[in-house]
Amino acid sequence: MNRNKIEETIFKILMINSTIIILIILLLILLTIILKGLPAMDWSMISQTPKGGYYLGKEGGILNAIIGSLYLAGGATILAFIISLPIVLYFKVYAKKNSKIVMFTRFSLDVLWGVPSIVYGAFGFTIMLYFGLKASLLGGIITVSLLILPIMTRAMDETIKMIPIELLEASYSLGANRIETAFKVVVRQALPGILTAILISFGRGIGDAASVMFTAGFTDNIPTSLLDPVATLPLAIFFQLNTPFPEVQERAYASAFILTVIILIISIVSRFLIKKYTKYIIK
Amino acid sequence: MNNRILKEKFVGKIMLILVIFSGVLILIMGIALYIKARPILAVKPFWELMFSLSWHPLRGEFGFLPFIMGTLWVTGIAVIIAIPFSILSAIYLSEYASKFVREWTKPLVDLLAGIPSVVYGIWGVLVIVPLIKNHIAPFFGTFSTGYSVLSAGIVLSIMVFPIIIHISLEVFNSVSNGMKEASLALGATKWQTVKYVVIRKAMPGVIAAIVLGLSRAFGETMAVLMVAGNVAKIPSSALDPGYPLPALIANNYGEMLSIPLYDSALMLASLVLLLVVLFFNIISRIVLIRVEKSTQ
Repeated sequence: MNRNKIEETIFKILMINSTIIILIILLLILLTIILKGLPAMDWSMISQTPKGGYYLGKEGGILNAIIGSLYLAGGATILAFIISLPIVLYFKVYAKKNSKIVMFTRFSLDVLWGVPSIVYGAFGFTIMLYFGLKASLLGGIITVSLLILPIMTRAMDETIKMIPIELLEASYSLGANRIETAFKVVVRQALPGILTAILISFGRGIGDAASVMFTAGFTDNIPTSLLDPVATLPLAIFFQLNTPFPEVQERAYASAFILTVIILIISIVSRFLIKKYTKYIIK
Repeated sequence: MNNRILKEKFVGKIMLILVIFSGVLILIMGIALYIKARPILAVKPFWELMFSLSWHPLRGEFGFLPFIMGTLWVTGIAVIIAIPFSILSAIYLSEYASKFVREWTKPLVDLLAGIPSVVYGIWGVLVIVPLIKNHIAPFFGTFSTGYSVLSAGIVLSIMVFPIIIHISLEVFNSVSNGMKEASLALGATKWQTVKYVVIRKAMPGVIAAIVLGLSRAFGETMAVLMVAGNVAKIPSSALDPGYPLPALIANNYGEMLSIPLYDSALMLASLVLLLVVLFFNIISRIVLIRVEKSTQ
């Protein structure tokens, strides 16, 4: 009896400690990025594009990468949304119960979620070669949209799944057909979930580097068309860190700080949106 | 009126096409990479490429063994570190923690999942690499630059924490309350219930969670590329540099089109990554679906 008590106490201490350690590591990561990044920040970092010799320690900033990342992740999020909203609406409204094709697609998307982003990069690259496309904003958008497609679809699917069937039946009994029910009832009811799914996917898209290496290229300019190459924040961080000059490496810390702040803002905003829009839901 | 019905049918068809597209996307990926990898497979048999040590693209020698070993080292270390921490805290969060603690910890763990891998890479370079160079390697009486498979393993283990915690939390929560209450009613203590009922019942799901974490570590690129050292040799200890497969692909995309068969070799590497990850993912997803069904 006593041994049991001791065993429980030991394991409880271990469990609490591992939870605390994980939280401390999270704090440590954020602190490191803030302490290293903040001193290296200045206004020119986010207001200027790189001047000649930027990677040798000369003047300039990473505005090209910030704008590029927003274009790229924004475009990819829109494209992925256009593909995934009809998919989840089909799951909920059109598909029959226990439909084989729905089960298969859900499974397939779960598996896609686990595919490493470098494989998406390689795949995007082969597709672009096939169509004769050079590394460009368009190539990057297509690749990243495929990367975030499973995340967005499954996240939206999970919230739409929860909508009670009675709500749909009420809509049908008023004479609405499936498409009207889908867009006017289901989408509205699942709005907070849909918004969070969009934000999560945007965050994933803006932070990913391996998939855009092959497909988006890199440039010191802000792209003016879909066929221009585009710089991205993660790759800018990587290139700056890889230079042998300490002052350029410091800029990598500052860029990492900017990226982390963007991710934190997305995370906070999505939590806020859930709270704000949940009250419009019929329960 | 007729218009409405037509519209409904038409939109339904478009939706179905998109569903099918997303369902077969993974097959398309595999086939596209296979087509690109075929030229090198036509020259050399698959197993010879996988088990050859010599990597000299200019001489047309593409041996993947050092990279495969680098990947195995890094993934192995990551999983060994990640398992105890994440399983213990998942049990704590699901069985012991108060509602307040749980509500505050979960979003923070999710935040850990949202941090981009390049930021993990920077953090590894700033914190883990010096730690290994200045403290851990001298402690064992050896020298290391700090850029090693151990650094990569540590950084990766932190990256897979949220995955393992998130999925095992779901699995633990799916163990029915009735079963726990039955155990408690028989006079078992809380810990005995956790040990003999919750953990035993959740075991397959927890293993699936670990395998999913493992496959994420297996394919993670940027963070590993930044801290693993990237020397094309089989590491002989955890403090040696390694060159995992994803880092190889990411590092050489620039020159791969200028050397014959190089692009094909790298696409083969991507295909291998895809197949291994697919294998792990399919098995653990099937296990998770079974767990879900058995508790319903």
